[in-house]
Amino acid sequence: MTFEYAPAPESRAIVSIKPKYGHFINGSFVAGKKHFPTINPATEEILSHIALGGVSDVDKAVAAAQKAYTKTWSKLSGKERGKYLYRIARILQERAREFAVLETLDNGKPIRETRDIDIPLVAAHFFYHAGWADKLDYAGLGHSPQPYGVAGQIIPWNFPLLMLAWKVAPALATGNTVVLKPAETTSLTALLFAEVCQQAELPDGVVNIVTGDGSTGAAIVNHPGIHKIAFTGSTDVGKKIARAIASTDKKATLELGGKGANIVFDDAPVDEAVEGIVNGIFFNQGHVCCAGSRLILQESIADEVIEKLKVRMSKIRVGDPLDKNTDLGAINSKEQLVKIKELSAIGDAEGAQRWSPKCNLSDKGFWFAPTIFTGVTQAHRIAQEEIFGPVLSVLTFRTPQEAIDKANNTPFGLSAGIWSEKGSRIFWASQHLKAGVIWANTFNKFDPASPFGGYKESGWGREGGKHGLAAYLKTGKETGAK
Amino acid sequence: MATKKQARVDVKKTYKLFINGAFPRSESGRVFEVTAKNGAFIANPALASRKDLRDAVTAARAAQTGWSKATAYNRGQILYRIAEMLEGRAEQFESEIALTSQITALKAQSQVLDAIDRWVWYAGWSDKLQAVSGATNPVAGPFFNFSISEPQGVVAIASSVSFIDFIDAIAAAVVSGNTTVVLVPGSLAVPAMSFAEVLATSDLPAGVINILTGSLDELAPWAASHMDIDGFDITGIDKKKRGALKEAGAENLKRIHAFSKGQSPTKILAFMESKTVWHSVGV
Amino acid sequence: MSFYGLVDGSEKSLVQFLDQLSGVDQVGAESRAAMLATRSIKTTSKKWAIETAISMVDLTTLEGADTPGKVRALCSKAVRPDPTDPTVPSVGAICVYNDMVEIARTHLDSIGGKHVPVAAVSTAFPSGRASMEVKIQDTQDAISAGAAEIDMVIDRGAFLAGKYGLVFDEIVKIRDVCGEKAHLKVIFETGELVTYDNVRKASYLAMLAGADFIKTSTGKVAPAATPPVVLVMLEAVRDFYTLTQRRIGVKPAGGIRTTKDAIKQLVLVNETAGPEWLTPQLFRIGASALLNDLLMQRMKMSDGYYASPNYVTID
Repeated sequence: MTFEYAPAPESRAIVSIKPKYGHFINGSFVAGKKHFPTINPATEEILSHIALGGVSDVDKAVAAAQKAYTKTWSKLSGKERGKYLYRIARILQERAREFAVLETLDNGKPIRETRDIDIPLVAAHFFYHAGWADKLDYAGLGHSPQPYGVAGQIIPWNFPLLMLAWKVAPALATGNTVVLKPAETTSLTALLFAEVCQQAELPDGVVNIVTGDGSTGAAIVNHPGIHKIAFTGSTDVGKKIARAIASTDKKATLELGGKGANIVFDDAPVDEAVEGIVNGIFFNQGHVCCAGSRLILQESIADEVIEKLKVRMSKIRVGDPLDKNTDLGAINSKEQLVKIKELSAIGDAEGAQRWSPKCNLSDKGFWFAPTIFTGVTQAHRIAQEEIFGPVLSVLTFRTPQEAIDKANNTPFGLSAGIWSEKGSRIFWASQHLKAGVIWANTFNKFDPASPFGGYKESGWGREGGKHGLAAYLKTGKETGAK
Repeated sequence: MATKKQARVDVKKTYKLFINGAFPRSESGRVFEVTAKNGAFIANPALASRKDLRDAVTAARAAQTGWSKATAYNRGQILYRIAEMLEGRAEQFESEIALTSQITALKAQSQVLDAIDRWVWYAGWSDKLQAVSGATNPVAGPFFNFSISEPQGVVAIASSVSFIDFIDAIAAAVVSGNTTVVLVPGSLAVPAMSFAEVLATSDLPAGVINILTGSLDELAPWAASHMDIDGFDITGIDKKKRGALKEAGAENLKRIHAFSKGQSPTKILAFMESKTVWHSVGV
Repeated sequence: MSFYGLVDGSEKSLVQFLDQLSGVDQVGAESRAAMLATRSIKTTSKKWAIETAISMVDLTTLEGADTPGKVRALCSKAVRPDPTDPTVPSVGAICVYNDMVEIARTHLDSIGGKHVPVAAVSTAFPSGRASMEVKIQDTQDAISAGAAEIDMVIDRGAFLAGKYGLVFDEIVKIRDVCGEKAHLKVIFETGELVTYDNVRKASYLAMLAGADFIKTSTGKVAPAATPPVVLVMLEAVRDFYTLTQRRIGVKPAGGIRTTKDAIKQLVLVNETAGPEWLTPQLFRIGASALLNDLLMQRMKMSDGYYASPNYVTID
């Protein structure tokens, strides 16, 4: 007998997408000059046309943000600022389904994830930071810590609205105003968020959204009116930003790439470890900077784990992101798909063994089957470079120290996973791993109360929790440094 | 040091570098002259080269695991031991500073006493940092989640010319478990190398603090671009020259900071990295 | 003696075997079960799932107040769950106390229900607190009266005291009594074993000792057949098949009252043990109220409007 799940698509009637969007500056939508299409990566259908922001748009947005900072936002008490954030959190909860559907359409990620993870976390981030706004004296940053002023924020396409929340919520709670640029391929939920700001009656200019591409981002980074840069994206661009602001007084937080190690010891809870491996690399199509993209298995259980992993992978449902039963959606863009294919081909060429379950992939849209490479060593490029797709490299180790050495053998230091039922070993391993976020017997968990960010080339600073506030407040002791 | 009425010829010290707990000469064989305010010759400290820097970084990296894994109590005791050793030689430092810098003897004396107290102050931080900077985070799920701060690794310090700033920068960097390569400008070389002698007798493991005397202009760019240096304190670098160093440091996203004067836990935390650990909670 | 060539039945061999099983992380198991509970089963797949679930119901009455009249009513319902629609399948079995087996068997046979087996709860159900002689006699009585399936309880006290050999021996002895005449389902009372590690150990103990089915609960203790408990048991039968090439059945019982609950169970089966287990031979649901909810949902699907309890029969 077979239990085929009939299609269970979430209705898209809940969203209305305009044919064309402008920028959101000083509390209103203003027309853009040039536009580019934004598509649904699952179908290649054109959803809308997005304004390509230039230097003059950024100028206007920064001016609006500066004026809002000087005239209104910096004069409001923390208590009042907090109430705006609570309003935003509540409206996001009210309109959660609309945001979930829109995010899935624009990004290609499964509705199950936008509905159960992205959007609830977005609201939670605003709710959490709302409460900080009038308690900053107790954040461990000295008495009455001061905001920087105008924050320029540039966010990626993998968690469009969630990354907006990670940036905007702490910036506003700490008293900064914002010029935000969503990613080129995923602007729609940010533009819908602008409507939320209007519904919340957020003072004009506190949040400004300028859409566009890399050149728009560069205009923000280089704008002299920006006091603070917050960027999430690739390590390459992160380094460019670091260079661009080197001779300025601008501060920066950078959340960059990773090549997270997911270490499974022989005493691991194997079935849950397999779930964690799947969640670690196939969550969000592997478009996750903290993905557990290197599976490091103790050799004695490697065969068993790989066998179970393959069985589990064959249950992954790849397809229509709007279908409530889809586990793995579309790759966000053609460009990203090409990159994933190229790096996978290198894995083949380097002699690693590729395996994927049988998947019926649509001809339209951008798709890549969940894939593992076994027989990988640290010397393989697919063990070193971030693929940012549903591709897992499997390595083995003999001793705990060897596992740690391999895990740390990378310029990145964002995340790591440990699977073991032995408490002392978990603490030992978590002490020795050079990574900003470590998941023990779990993976890819996020919470506004939990700081997130990396060691080494994975970035500067933390987002979330008490630590994340420091990114938006002057600490007093540093001069001319970031 | 020379004094007016002296029957015997005094024995002068050869100023070398301090790398991995030893006192080697610069591999380059170069020295530079330090003179007193009145122009009298004082010493020929080593003019460190980029290869000396490379060796110092290697030593600092090798010492990193041991120092960062030492208990906070142990690190605190060693820092306190440095204060004890410095106290015993306070007069020597007072006279060296007065002789080689532009400040008065009275001010030199107060700097040295401050420096001793500074070590005591930082020593006490070793086992309090986590209480101040760490957190348990109440996440919405069945997880125990906590954040702790860890040392970044190898920190280079381009020191200001003032002895107290030199001491403050080193203490702030090492108390958390970082190992350091300290670049010392100009005439600070004289008290700095005497300070290395203090370190050599303070139970400090070899390689935790390495001191190179010479030119910041020559050494700082090499430190900024060195891929095995994690953090860089550029307080001693002229403001106009900092941008170029930060640009070079972007290649490995080095944490580069400059600080205002005075002791602060902010300085310690600037070269620490926050780590957050999630653990499932169940039976 | 050798059991699948994996243990020799001695306490030592059992402890060795159970010790090498991997632990279960509670949070991970529960989150996997919760994720699978979000599966949205619609239209044709829902219709298929409802009919499959009906065929898997072990329609149960286990009350001190059970009478021949009550049991006969249940039997009629079991054979033709919806008297107005002959396409509705019969349920998987009738599940009753020992003294009702003969009444149930006779009545089923007389109303065209020969194909519906009678399951008897045995071994001093539900507590299991009796001598081995009594438990054996209990089982023999049920089989003599016509039970084709024996739902025995394990000695949870012995299990929690770490006397795995004792638990194992009891199952082996009851297995011997069942012989070829009856299928053996082994009830753990997972609400008393408490941890998922224990559920996994008990699953292997029972499978090694010769169980045909492993069953969560008596229905007398809560929590009973929670999705994560069933998940852990499904993982056990899946992995046991890899070890032995023998498929053991799973029976959640207790707390499954709605169609939604039942469909969640089928999703768990489908995505954990696999579609091979989606048959009454390998998956049963111990329930009483569930059947009417399944029937009402089935009516809704065929009629297109919401059903009323007035249109389904009570037992």
